[in-house]
Amino acid sequence: MLAEYGPFFIQLGLAIVLAFAFLKGAALLGPSRPNRIKQMPYESGMDPIGTARTRYSVKFYLVAMIFIVFDVEVVFLYPWAASFERFLDAGVGLEVLGVVTIFVIILAVGLVYDIKKGGLEFD
Amino acid sequence: MEVTLNWYLMLSAILFVIGVLGVLFRRNVIVIFMSVELMLNAVNLTLVALAQHMGDTTGQILVFFVISVAAAEAAVGLAIIIAIFRNQQTVDVTEINLFKY
Amino acid sequence: MDLTQSFSSLGADIIVSAPLVLTMVMGLVIVVLDAFRRNHVATPWIAALTLAFGLVMEITRIGAASGTAYYDLLRVGGMAAYVNALIFGSGLLTVILARPYLESIGHHIGEVYALILFASTGMIVLGTANSLITIFVGFETMSICLYILTGLVRTNQGATESALKYFLLGAFATGFLLYGIALMYGATGTMYLHEMQSAVGDHQTMFRSGVGLLLVGFLFKVSAVPFHMWTPDVYQGAPTPLVGYMSTASKSAAFASLILVLYLALPSTQWIGVVAVIALLTMVIGNVIALAQTNVKRMLAYSSIAHAGYILVGLAAGSPEGYSGALFYLLVYTVMNIGAFGVIALLEWDGTQGSEQSLDSLSGIGYKKPLLAWSMVFFMFGLAGFPPLGGFIGKVAVFGPAIHSGLTWLAIVGVLTSAVSAYYYLRVLVVFFMKESNPDVATDNITFSVPGMSAAVIVLCVIMLIVLGIVPTFLDVTASFFDGNMLATLP
Repeated sequence: MLAEYGPFFIQLGLAIVLAFAFLKGAALLGPSRPNRIKQMPYESGMDPIGTARTRYSVKFYLVAMIFIVFDVEVVFLYPWAASFERFLDAGVGLEVLGVVTIFVIILAVGLVYDIKKGGLEFD
Repeated sequence: MEVTLNWYLMLSAILFVIGVLGVLFRRNVIVIFMSVELMLNAVNLTLVALAQHMGDTTGQILVFFVISVAAAEAAVGLAIIIAIFRNQQTVDVTEINLFKY
Repeated sequence: MDLTQSFSSLGADIIVSAPLVLTMVMGLVIVVLDAFRRNHVATPWIAALTLAFGLVMEITRIGAASGTAYYDLLRVGGMAAYVNALIFGSGLLTVILARPYLESIGHHIGEVYALILFASTGMIVLGTANSLITIFVGFETMSICLYILTGLVRTNQGATESALKYFLLGAFATGFLLYGIALMYGATGTMYLHEMQSAVGDHQTMFRSGVGLLLVGFLFKVSAVPFHMWTPDVYQGAPTPLVGYMSTASKSAAFASLILVLYLALPSTQWIGVVAVIALLTMVIGNVIALAQTNVKRMLAYSSIAHAGYILVGLAAGSPEGYSGALFYLLVYTVMNIGAFGVIALLEWDGTQGSEQSLDSLSGIGYKKPLLAWSMVFFMFGLAGFPPLGGFIGKVAVFGPAIHSGLTWLAIVGVLTSAVSAYYYLRVLVVFFMKESNPDVATDNITFSVPGMSAAVIVLCVIMLIVLGIVPTFLDVTASFFDGNMLATLP
């Protein structure tokens, strides 16, 4: 039973060893010139000191929402891709491709609309 | 111990009830919304378990639709919540009561 | 399934469901058009033409035999064509009424028409669904579009609040609907409505809980008591012409789908009691609360709840006769309600004046705007169910079958509550014609003009209402859907 997981444990061990090797190696080999800015927890991110309830642009929500929608629509492509070969063997590959093209065109309409309405513009 | 169909059905029923209670007793719109999503995902679990049990893919096809509908609903819902926050500066349902019954 | 055959019927399916496909495609066209030419003047007319085309197509197909398309997922012809025609007609009238209204409140945006087309697509899928999957997809396509339309005026507190309530409660109801679908699927192993009854076997408990939860979702959508709480708030806050659309088309779709579920999946009589009790509660509570309303839109919202109750009486009869009566009632109700909300929308002359829609603010309006006020007389008498108009025939068509099915008590309550409803309908007319105009609102110097197209729609609704009352053939049409085995025929 346990033997079946042998490769897994080897992989786990290798991962741990490698991770430490890279961390230590970078510290030993790389030049180290620390300054105030580099020492911050998020070097190029937001200042983590202060209240977390500051207001930030509603654009973040907008992009997140757009991402959710387009991201999730991809679930329809997985079953299509997984069964495409069987349709191909049955000789209806072109039709199946056509159907999924229509689906992607509908998604593209949404994307065109989004771009033209400025949903993806940051400034 | 073997995990039978009933375990999945029980788990999803419990999740569904948690979602229902969340909708009924929470006051923050975002939390209510999350509870609704929990309800939908509980049903997804039911559907997948049933489809697997019966060896039928129809239930799983419906799950795809539910996932995408939930995403569309999330987008519309968040947009409405942002609009209401801009108008009333609150997302507490007890304070959003312009219309009286 | 033989994969080589999988696309053989696709072309035929697209032709037979051409109005549905065209509505969706034109919705996409409007989205693209609006992205490049913002609020183009042609947008509403594209939508109107699409809906008019669909209406004509479906009317010609009402007499055709009922069939299915897309692997039995959707129904076409017969009852499906009738329901689609209702949805298209309601959408068409709404587009014409909404254009000048939205211009006057400064929210004339192209997306509205795309959303109306998408919502119509969803309603058609729901109203003609032959499978639980299509029920869910149609239900949600419709609902999500309606949430957006409700919150259209996003700077208005009331509108966003309406949208939020509609959205949260709607999503909540969707959860129940979906759980019901899952349990029905689990009990039968099929999503097709016509296969369910024979496949239930020994999973009766699971099936019944599933049907119960499914009913919760549907009853929410048709705003039946006790799932009606959202209706007045949503109707009050949403743009008025669009409320007409929501209250008619979405109800037609949901009731049509409910009839198909009851007729195909649950032919046994065990659900009659539940539907009858819900119908009773809906009629009583809708009518009684409507009595106390001082806001016209809220009053009409409770009235629409009451009318959902009348239609449920037809469903509770559980006979083909009752179902066809309910379908006929939906037509009458659509005509009356679109007209009534259209008049109220036109009386909000610049979107701020008169937008409160309290009864006081409309006092004496009958002498300023005689056309609108006299049309309102017909709609109010129709909604109350006075004899020469369609509303009366509709009530006969739903209460009669209930008596035949032994639900005499339900029919009696229906008649009594109709009598009660006359009070609040006629009060509107009293205020319109017999009260001095309100000095605060200064209706004396109203100078707004009624757009010609909108007036034409209102007059058309009045004519339809009279025709439905005196020409009884329409009832035969809906009855023919259930003749013999027409609806049950499947390939």
